[in-house]
This record gives sequence, structure tokens and C-alpha cells, in this order.
Amino acid sequence: MPLNGIMSPFFPKEDKMKRHVFLIIWVVLLELMTVAPVANAQQTMTVQVKEGELRATPHPLGKIIGKTLYGSKVTVLEDSGAWKKVAVTNGNMKGWMHNSALTAKKIALKSGQHDVQTSVGHNEISLAGKGFTEEIENEFRKKNKNLDFAWIDRMEKFNTPDERIREFIEKGGLSLRVEGGKP
Amino acid sequence: MDKAVTIATNVGETSGIINQQQGESLRQSTAAVSRSLEDFTPEQEYYIGRSVGAVVLTKYPALANANAVAYLNLLGQSLAAASDSPEMFAGYHFLILDSDEINAFATPGGHVFITRGLIRCCRTEDALAAVLAHEIAHIQLRHGMKAIEKSRMSEALTIIAQEGAKSFGSPEVAQLTHAFGGAISDITNSMINKGYSRSYEYQADEAAVSILERIGYNPRALIDMLSAMGKHIKPGGTDFAKTHPSPENRIAELEKSHEKTFSTNGKTPLIREKRFKEALISLLKTPPIGKR
Repeated sequence: MPLNGIMSPFFPKEDKMKRHVFLIIWVVLLELMTVAPVANAQQTMTVQVKEGELRATPHPLGKIIGKTLYGSKVTVLEDSGAWKKVAVTNGNMKGWMHNSALTAKKIALKSGQHDVQTSVGHNEISLAGKGFTEEIENEFRKKNKNLDFAWIDRMEKFNTPDERIREFIEKGGLSLRVEGGKP
Repeated sequence: MDKAVTIATNVGETSGIINQQQGESLRQSTAAVSRSLEDFTPEQEYYIGRSVGAVVLTKYPALANANAVAYLNLLGQSLAAASDSPEMFAGYHFLILDSDEINAFATPGGHVFITRGLIRCCRTEDALAAVLAHEIAHIQLRHGMKAIEKSRMSEALTIIAQEGAKSFGSPEVAQLTHAFGGAISDITNSMINKGYSRSYEYQADEAAVSILERIGYNPRALIDMLSAMGKHIKPGGTDFAKTHPSPENRIAELEKSHEKTFSTNGKTPLIREKRFKEALISLLKTPPIGKR
């Protein structure tokens, strides 16, 4: 084997050396495993929150200039701290989104939703529409009728608009310092 | 990633450094490890969080005080905006629990619960901010999700990752529901009974200080709140006493790394005192449940 020929001057057949190299391989593999999918500029990412907000500035309370839905594709134009300036693939909207609203993974939606992907490759973990979803919650609730979801649904409807949060912060003598921009 | 593992192990086998058996077992174990926490999506965490919250609400009733809850949500949303995880699948939502126990819970879905008993330990808005920042920090640091047993994760993620299946038949649904139930049980057991590890609690305190500083709250308020809690908490109780390190230990841990931060004793702006009292006065005046 060519590789053997090249490697043999460097790795004489001693157990100690074999173990040492085995360890190196293991460490390298561990390093590789901790690297998450990373998006480069001009790469496509997908919105992984229910309603993605596009903001005029890279700030959690930056003015909202557009909204996108779960599973929407965006192109990354720019990076700033924990924020990305994106362009929504189907449409004209551009704006800033926080990294936690985006994923480099693919999202396969249930048929009937927009942007249906018809195939998910092997080893790509498919996301929306599979696994722990509303369907599984419903099954779980059938088996656990004592659980109180009424207040969960109610609390999820509490709506706190950005303008009120901005006012609360300003009037309270506070100010939200975020790397990358002002609100 | 699996490709890289395959190449690396093939190289290892070819050069005689590892034998074929070792190569194979490496490939299998890395495949198992790569199905981990990161493979859950925010949507899945949201559904997990909903059920975890529903379990909490079987043990503690909700407090339907509109003013107090509105104020709590304004405060909570401000702090969430200052965290490293401002975007949850369906956002953050805050609720008060009608209990005199000193307790708070945060689900992976962004649902945050705080008891009247714990609110009573807060003299100022800054102190309440410190409590909420700590809960948000648990979410930011994924402590709830980390409480899920590895075997449950593998069980669930193996089914979810099935190639080509766009929807599941009854056997898969049953398996997923079983894994889901297990995950809920693991998380609620940690949150309500065992508590998170000490290091998780100290990490959440640290992250809470960062959140408070980013928005301009006095981080010293966390220390003050812990002192107040120390006076109210009864050792051996079923609340924070059971699930958290003692307030004294938490204070000591914080003071180790934040000597300068906590030395300043700034005065809370009047407006914050005023709105804190106005929002919570009726809540704090309600007699403890046993005395109603």
C-alpha cells in the first residue's frame, strides 16, 4: 500500500507509537465532531423560529422592517457580532436577524407548507414536521390527561410589543448595549 | 462530519495504525455521539418546553393577576433581549405561580414561571430582574435539555433521522411519544426534584450577571436577592432549598469572581422603584395561602 510505504519510516512497529497515533486520530475526530455547520457569506441559511423578524439594525430591539416564516430560505450578506444581514430568497426583503433565529441545517417541511423539500439526504437530520411536534404532543396529552395546557396556551398569547419594551428600558434609566448597533 | 470520520479511520486502517475492528468501532461510536443535543431544533425544544410547563402547572396553579403578569413580561422580555439567546422558536413568556414556596422554573421552550414566594424575596425591580435573568440563563445555557438522558436522545433522534420518511406510522409515533414522555420526565425531575448540578447553578448566576450588566441593572441586586432568600428559605424545604445550592454558597461563588462589580452600591432610580411597587403591590399584599 502506498500509504504504508510513506508512513513506515515515521511509524516503526511499536505499540507505544501506535497508541499515540490512535490517540491523535481520536482527538482530531473529537475536534471535528464539535464543529457545527458554519455559514459563509453568500451562503443559504434557513429560518428556524416560528416568525423571523428582519430588523433595520443588528440589535434585538432594532426597528422591524419585515417578517419571514419558519423554513424560509435566506442568503447571508453580512456578519456583525451575533447578527447576520440577510436577503429573503423569495422576495425583496432584506434585514438583520440574530444567529439564533437561523440554521445552516436543512429544514424539511410537511407537504402543504411552503418550501417543501422532497428529499432529505442520509445523515442530514430533518427538522420541522418530524419528531417532537404537535402530533407527538397530542399523543402525549392523550396518555396524560391531567396535564394543564390551558395556561400554557394562554401564556403564549401574552404579547409584549417592541415599542413597549423600548419604552420600559428607556423610562427605567436602562439601556441595552449590544455589539453591532443601536436600536 | 461522518465523511471526515470515515476518511480518518480509513487512513488509520490503511497505514496499519489501527486495525479494522478499531476503525469500525470508532465509526459507530462517533455516529452515536453526533446524534446529540445539537440535533434538536428550536421547534422540538418548544414542544418539549410546552409539556414541561404543563407538568409544572399541575403542581402550582397560575396566578391570574393581569397587572403583575404584564409587568413581569415587560421586564422578562427586556432581559431576554439582553441575553445570548434572544430568539426562541415562539419567544419567551412569563407567568406567576400562586404559591408561597420560593421557586422558579424555565422550560426549553422559553416558558418562565416564578412563584409569589420568590417575588416576595425581591425588594426592587433590579432584584426581580436578577431572578428572571438567572432563569433566562438556564435556557440560554440549555440546562433543561442537558437533563435529558442520553438513551432518550438516541431513542428519539434515531427515529427522527430515518431516511426518506416524510411522516410516521403508528409504531414510530408510539416510540417517539415514549421518548418524548421520557424526556419530559428527565427534565421535570431535574427541575422540580433533584435540581440542576451546583456548577449549572453557578453558571446561571454568572450569566445572569452578564445579562444584568448589558442592560444596566445593578448586578449587586443578585447578591441582595440571595441574601433575602437566605432569610426566608427553610432548610429541608421542597422548594429552592432542595434544588439549589444555599444562597450563602451562591453569594460566595459570585463574590469570588466579581469583587469590583459588587463593591459599588448604586441607588435604584425612583421610576424603577415606583413601577415595581405599583405592579406588584396587590400581589405582595395577598396573604399566604395558609392564612386565607
